[in-house]
Amino acid sequence: MNKKSKVVRYNKWGYIFLIPFIVTYVVFQLVPLVSTVYNSFFENYRSGLTQIGPNFVGLQNYVTIIQNGDLPTYFANTMIMWVMCFVPQIIISLLLGAWFTDPSLRLKCQQFFKTVIYLPNLIMASAFAMLFFTLFADSGPINSMLMQIGVLDEAYKFMSNVWSVRTLIATMNCLMWFGNTTILLMAGMMGIDTSLFEAAQVDGATATQIFYRITLPLLKPILVYVMITSLIGGLQLFDVPQILTNGTGDPMRSSMTLIMYLNKHLYSKNFGLGGALSVILFIVTGILSLIVYKITVKEED
Amino acid sequence: MKKRVISFLAIATMTASMFAACGGADTATETTGTASDAAEGGSSEVATPAEDTGTVLNIQCWNEEFKSRVTDHYPGYEEVDATHGKIGDVDVVWNITPSDDNAYQNHLDEALLNQENASADDKVDIFLVEADYALKYVDQPYTMTMADLGISDSDLSDQYKYTQDIVTDSNGNLKGSSWQACSAGLIYNREAAKEVLGTDDPTEVQAAVADWDKYNETAAKVADAGYTMCSVNDTYRVYSNNVSGKWVQDGKVVVDKNIDKWVDDSMALVESKAEDTDDLWGDDWGKGKLPEGKVFCYFGPAWFFNFSLDADKEGTIANKGGWGFCEGPQSYYWGGTWICAATGTDNPNLVKDIILTMTTDKTVLKDIAQKDSDCVNSKSVLAELAADDSGNLDILGGQNPYEQLAAGAEGIDLSNLSAYDQGCNEEFQNAMKNYFEGNATKDEALDMFKKAIVEKYPDVTAE
Repeated sequence: MNKKSKVVRYNKWGYIFLIPFIVTYVVFQLVPLVSTVYNSFFENYRSGLTQIGPNFVGLQNYVTIIQNGDLPTYFANTMIMWVMCFVPQIIISLLLGAWFTDPSLRLKCQQFFKTVIYLPNLIMASAFAMLFFTLFADSGPINSMLMQIGVLDEAYKFMSNVWSVRTLIATMNCLMWFGNTTILLMAGMMGIDTSLFEAAQVDGATATQIFYRITLPLLKPILVYVMITSLIGGLQLFDVPQILTNGTGDPMRSSMTLIMYLNKHLYSKNFGLGGALSVILFIVTGILSLIVYKITVKEED
Repeated sequence: MKKRVISFLAIATMTASMFAACGGADTATETTGTASDAAEGGSSEVATPAEDTGTVLNIQCWNEEFKSRVTDHYPGYEEVDATHGKIGDVDVVWNITPSDDNAYQNHLDEALLNQENASADDKVDIFLVEADYALKYVDQPYTMTMADLGISDSDLSDQYKYTQDIVTDSNGNLKGSSWQACSAGLIYNREAAKEVLGTDDPTEVQAAVADWDKYNETAAKVADAGYTMCSVNDTYRVYSNNVSGKWVQDGKVVVDKNIDKWVDDSMALVESKAEDTDDLWGDDWGKGKLPEGKVFCYFGPAWFFNFSLDADKEGTIANKGGWGFCEGPQSYYWGGTWICAATGTDNPNLVKDIILTMTTDKTVLKDIAQKDSDCVNSKSVLAELAADDSGNLDILGGQNPYEQLAAGAEGIDLSNLSAYDQGCNEEFQNAMKNYFEGNATKDEALDMFKKAIVEKYPDVTAE
């Protein structure tokens, strides 16, 4: 009898310890989520100081967003820039992770390099974007350097070309996040039983074989995690292109991401259209994550 | 916009620190005199405001500019700390919200919408607006008319009409007042003018840029001599101040023919490399402050040549007094701060006195002009400054620009302002940049503009 009540009391503490999370989650996540969905059914914006709405309009906001046909463009922009950033990032991270975790390489100053590759992530994204904006300005240092060594005759307008802007954004994101990815992958690699590597070496496997046959397959859960978090992060790409292009997404909105588009509606506090767009984004993110998850898990079976 | 805000902040800090030293001693002398002067102003058509009951005067603004003007020039103002002051028994609270990312307007919107429910000490008494969005606030009951405050037209008769047009609501009521008249013109590089036109005399340079045809001819010569005229964004304001209709008519966005002319003129000049497409305030745009930048001119008002040409830096053209000033192809204005009284203020008489002292008192205005280099909103004070040598500026090689500034201020016609101007002007320039840089055709760029406007103003249609 005595013993039983003790168990119950432990349970109680479990719930009590959960309260802070649940409260934070409900207040800062669940309530905004539900109210976003609710808001998306209303016409609700401000023109100057005049509040218009909220008037219930049903699915009109969704119809407006889908009909004006911009969504696929911005979705494509976002995905292009994510792929341009993710592919080099995952390759570099895998390589660095493999090197750092390989005991036979006996790398020196590991701690130092791990810190250095993580450092770019500590800079505020907007500050980083401002830095690049200055570096790649028409009369900025990159242009004058290229002109002085004779590569260019006249300044290349980095901010006026579709692919140079996209490349800059992808490079910045890649630089900012490859350290983080490396650390995650390293954690995964270090979790692999070392006896497997030793057994493979005893059997005469080369380093490449070990990487492809042992490291990669056993790393899959972490890889899936990295993929999905990076995808979600990529879909929410905002601060770097917003600052770099001054919110315009120029040239011709070819670097405008979905969240930048969402931000455009907040100028007029258009909670209706903004809400509808957010709900669509929520669904798209969910579907994409599910696809990534399904593909990677299926192969395992 | 962001760049502009940053430089405004920089200017504000500069001025604030410059005058911090001169502030203290002479301000605390006359506390009582002004309030009684103010009471006499009420003529037959203007109301007499209710008695002051508030103990706190809340002022909403976006930088230190107005605060430093009040500190330096308003009799009886005592500074307490960076955001607090005292006028007699009334505590003055400065609510400063920078205008980055629309933050100032967002903050002000909330404050004004909440005005009725706010406690007496939290009610907004005075707020400041810029011309670009003045109508958004003026055309609303949240702003008091000058007549309700007890300020009559005759009190303001020395002001330039355009400064009143900006803060006149759709029913013709005047709802604000400014101490500045930021009429602007063309600021040219004297060296370049000698080289290209053979003269740097303001009258002769003016003749070479007297209208847009002559301006374009001169630009071609300038380009041949290896200079850039300026950025297309420099000339935009000149065109957009001289439109024949509002941006939004009957809920539909309309591109005026003068704006359209800007697009065509600019495209031709960009193609012949006479103008570039740099964004204002950026490093690329700022290169013309140095002789090596090879820029022929900038467009701007008095505050521009005083604060934006880096006169205190070695080697700049401004440092050597190498700029000249003429009116340019069309009259226009740029910038300025208007003082508005918020409906529901509990200190109407004090508000009235601040507005009258800061924007109509000729001694104060002349003081402001000489101390702070503002081009003040008073025909007679500008005439005085133009008449003697006190208006000569080193930066312009000793030229006195006040005559041109005053002439420019007379020529400004702003009857076609609308509450949508800020967004429309910004988005139009953004969209057209794509056309100038060859990333889109003119029609595509126009479509992009319309798309952006509908996003920004859901109540406006484009087609």
